[in-house]
Amino acid sequence: MTRHVIAPVDELPPGTRKFLDIDGRPIAIFNVKGEFFGLLNRCPHQGAALCEGPLIGLAQSSDPGEIEYTKLGEIIRCPWHGWEFDIRTGQSYCDPKRFRARAYPVNVESGSAVVKGPYVAETIAVSVESDYVVVDL
Amino acid sequence: MNVQFRPEPSASTSIKTAIADCDIHPARATKDELYPFLAKRWHSHLETYGIQAYHGMMEGPPYPKAQPNAARRDAWPPEGGPQGSSLSFMQKQLLDPYNVALGVLNPLATGQGLRNQDFAGALCAAINDWQIEKWTSKDKRLKGSIVVANEDGVAAAAEIRKRAGDPNFVQVLLLSRNVEPLGQRRYWPVYEAAQEIGLPVGVHAFGFGGNPLTPSGWPSFYIEEMVGHAQCQQTVLASLVLEGVFERYPMLKMVMIEAGFGWAPSLGWRLDKSFERLHSEVPYLKRKPSEYIRDHIWWTTQPMEDPERRDHLFQTIEWIGWDKLLFATDYPHWDFDEPSRVLPPGVSDANREAFYLGNAKKLYGIA
Repeated sequence: MTRHVIAPVDELPPGTRKFLDIDGRPIAIFNVKGEFFGLLNRCPHQGAALCEGPLIGLAQSSDPGEIEYTKLGEIIRCPWHGWEFDIRTGQSYCDPKRFRARAYPVNVESGSAVVKGPYVAETIAVSVESDYVVVDL
Repeated sequence: MNVQFRPEPSASTSIKTAIADCDIHPARATKDELYPFLAKRWHSHLETYGIQAYHGMMEGPPYPKAQPNAARRDAWPPEGGPQGSSLSFMQKQLLDPYNVALGVLNPLATGQGLRNQDFAGALCAAINDWQIEKWTSKDKRLKGSIVVANEDGVAAAAEIRKRAGDPNFVQVLLLSRNVEPLGQRRYWPVYEAAQEIGLPVGVHAFGFGGNPLTPSGWPSFYIEEMVGHAQCQQTVLASLVLEGVFERYPMLKMVMIEAGFGWAPSLGWRLDKSFERLHSEVPYLKRKPSEYIRDHIWWTTQPMEDPERRDHLFQTIEWIGWDKLLFATDYPHWDFDEPSRVLPPGVSDANREAFYLGNAKKLYGIA
């Protein structure tokens, strides 16, 4: 597993996402309310650029007539067929047994932690004073 | 929710062998893009009265479409305008990466199903001119569909004959929801003219007939409209067969577009069963209903049914005939079918080639 430095935290404020190509793999990194998540930008259903879809919540219902809107900002909806995935885990809400989006662990690390390792920086000059978004791949 | 960092749009996969895409929806980039093809009288009419379809006092479709313009979220052209309105973006996102050798245009927002028949005819003629000007003359892979004000059969037939022999067009286009079921005689002039100029007639899902979307009233949800296309197309098909359209126009070929085909065998079985007892009601039919269906009907694939067992899909296709399916993506709409993923494994090379390209080239007369 290789660690890749994505961006300084300041460049990826809450509500934004960044698209990258890491080792030939299309990846998107999301900042949702200060938490970072990474997903393969390819829908396991028919191959659309999954992470171009809107971030939505999940409409759930325990019984007919009872509808709750949950997980606001944590569900990505595919831009083609609208399949919904949890960006924390990649779980599909459409066909959870057969389909799962590939999720990657994303962390925030200090510059001093980052510069020590053999990391590949995504065109980022890493300075020791800042915090960085880092993905394991 | 905004996407801040938009990646370079591209198809997720590319395929090497050429394909036909038999259901592409071109859109107008601006409201007045049709004006050069419309008499001044209709500019003013449009601005003063707007467009009145056959359903109630409402603008636009009667159900929400789940995504803006029912389109893929990644299909907005970079230069602006709605999805499907940019030729260069369509080339980049659909025609080039998927190796589309033949793309059949099916314009949906036309004059079909308008209450003012003169205006309907003028808008349809303008859409036909616009298809040549903006699409088919600019990219030879694209072929248009002649749209007609179908509730006025005489005017529709005149528009069809006007386009006779024009290589920009490969079919006549109707929608599935009309004032009456499509086999009825008010629509016969369309079939007569289409047979005469040698083009198939496509019947695309949707349309404005003024009737509820189901035979039992207005449903509550968009999802009911989506599955309702199959019910509507079954009504269309039963009507075409039982009114004797295929006896009257024996060379007529028709394409059922965007309503699935998994229901076709059971409709054929039911019709044949009833026909055994009720033949005397429709004595002009010389053959079993299912025989007309199998001889005269082609089917576009999107949306293909997706049964749990692929042999069920193959059995259905065998009933219809591998020579009758036409691959379609439905670009730029949200239910787009990705060509490399749509057909399960286990299909012979010959059937695969027919499915993706051969049937379409043959039906539409493309060398």
